[in-house]
Amino acid sequence: MIALVVVSHSEQAANGVAEVATEMGGDARIVPVGGDPDGGIGTSAPEIEDAILDAVEGPDGETADGIVVLVDLGSAVMNAELAIEMLEEDLEVVIADAPILEGTLNAAVSASSPKATLDEVLQRAEEARDYRKLD
Amino acid sequence: MVEESIQREAIEAAVHAVAERIEAEKTYLTELDSAIGDADHGANLHRGMQAVVEAIEDTDEEDPAALVKLVGRTLVSEVGGAAGPLYGGSIMSASTEFAEGIDTASTVAFAEAYLAKVEDRGGATVGDKTMVDALTPAVHTYKKSIEQDELPPLAALAKAVDAAERGVAFTTPIRASKGRASYLGWRSVGHQDPGATSTLYCLEAILDVATEYLDGEIDRDATSPTVPDESAEADGSPEGEE
Repeated sequence: MIALVVVSHSEQAANGVAEVATEMGGDARIVPVGGDPDGGIGTSAPEIEDAILDAVEGPDGETADGIVVLVDLGSAVMNAELAIEMLEEDLEVVIADAPILEGTLNAAVSASSPKATLDEVLQRAEEARDYRKLD
Repeated sequence: MVEESIQREAIEAAVHAVAERIEAEKTYLTELDSAIGDADHGANLHRGMQAVVEAIEDTDEEDPAALVKLVGRTLVSEVGGAAGPLYGGSIMSASTEFAEGIDTASTVAFAEAYLAKVEDRGGATVGDKTMVDALTPAVHTYKKSIEQDELPPLAALAKAVDAAERGVAFTTPIRASKGRASYLGWRSVGHQDPGATSTLYCLEAILDVATEYLDGEIDRDATSPTVPDESAEADGSPEGEE
């Protein structure tokens, strides 16, 4: 099983992205995280690290085989990379190069299948890069 | 190499000096950041450095690599935005260069590893209007002054600080291509980069502390000749000429 972590500069935005994605990929495990250590707009490596660990363990006791991290912009990418480096356990964690909302939605649909692999979920997330809003 | 207790004392002194300098400049740094960023650089770094001072005072650790790593880890925990991973993450990762202790060679290795990590993490190179513009000339000047010109570390550090100052000045007239300021495009021209500026302040504070621990003359001119005439002629390099 593959789980998702959604990292935004705003905790509300991260929750909102997870909310939208959950509607489509209801069975996928999605952990949102956002805001800087002060509660302001920003991102925090230790908090992302905790979110990854929460996503691995999950509330139901089923351990995830891998994690796809969806990020918004700038420091979210840097802090997600740093969080992955700081993980002491050997975990399969990748950052998707994808728009956060569409990427999370795609990844959630893909990850709702228990057989989905890390590569498949990552690829589905990254397909969202090419989406057009208008013809 | 000097005793670990002296190394610890110097690290503690450097941490205090950087924290005091950032405190003194926090309003100015935030002003710079409000022009082209998100107006939190001064406050963020200040909060981070206050936490670093506490963390260093609270530990009995004497191993320099572990102490420097603690500085980085504390910054990562306390500083939001890009400054946390760029400063803190890069210090954490470069701290391993001090595994055998702090001496001239390991400070060069630390500086190079720190620069490499900042470049890698931020994806920025010279000319993008970021802290890399202050850091690159400082690290290059420090390394060359030590390894080729065989200057004493204090003299090399003083030149590195001057090089960083020139780098900060360079950030003002150029357009940002990385970081939050890049969203402003041409409007970023004419503003000094806050990350390059705080990098300079850290280096200046470290230089102040270094003068208390190291012997030697200070010549804060990165462009003054450092290679004796005969060696300059011997390898045919144009260094030292105007």
